[in-house]
Amino acid sequence: MNEKNEYELDGTSLTVHLPAEVDHPVSDSVRKLSDRIMGRNYIRTMIFDFKGTCFMDSSGIGLLMGRYRALGMKKGCVKAVNVNGHIHRILQLSGVHRYIEIQRNQEEGEE
Amino acid sequence: MEHTNEMTLIFDSRPVNEGLARVTAASFLTQLNPTLEEVADVKTAVSEAVTNCIIHGYEGEVHKIRMDLKLAGGDLFVDITDHGTGIADVKKAMEPLYTTKPDKDRSGMGFTFMEAFMDEITVESAPGKGTCVRMKKTIRR
Repeated sequence: MNEKNEYELDGTSLTVHLPAEVDHPVSDSVRKLSDRIMGRNYIRTMIFDFKGTCFMDSSGIGLLMGRYRALGMKKGCVKAVNVNGHIHRILQLSGVHRYIEIQRNQEEGEE
Repeated sequence: MEHTNEMTLIFDSRPVNEGLARVTAASFLTQLNPTLEEVADVKTAVSEAVTNCIIHGYEGEVHKIRMDLKLAGGDLFVDITDHGTGIADVKKAMEPLYTTKPDKDRSGMGFTFMEAFMDEITVESAPGKGTCVRMKKTIRR
């Protein structure tokens, strides 16, 4: 992933625009790159943008929960936005919706 | 006679091949005219099983993973096999949130997703011999 386009820093908030498929290798690379950014900047919240993402497996759940722990497990420290139906199901099934704020993809509406 | 179709994919246990395995399974499955949701279910289950082979079965070493796919009637059968470390306690390994690698940000949800997204799953494993995950999904049309 290209660090410049995919990672957006705004004050203490870091937005990550995720690629089409969030699996084990992608989760590893997002974790490494965000660790590096968090080492150089004070980050309080991380927003994962799933706008361009159609697939995710349990590696993505590990990534989200890992970042939640790294940011001190505070309410609202990790957000998932623009999630589609499949990813919403995965987030619900794994129970991470209890810790992470989730915003559905607007175009898709209610299912 | 019932129409069947079979294929086998053997590949190196490199993370980059996880995408290859799930796209292959999804592509093979299209013959049954599945819904988008059914395709996503199968892709997720395949991804979980193959990731387990790479991370846990071979622990990062590069060896072969075998994926057998079979279509019979309206059913898809997926068998994913490694010859790695194996699992001593399969029941424990399948518990939600159980992981032997929490430091690597593993969620412990792999088997839970396979069970949730497929209709049947059985796991055969022996320490030092390897693991075979057999899954079945009925495509409802």
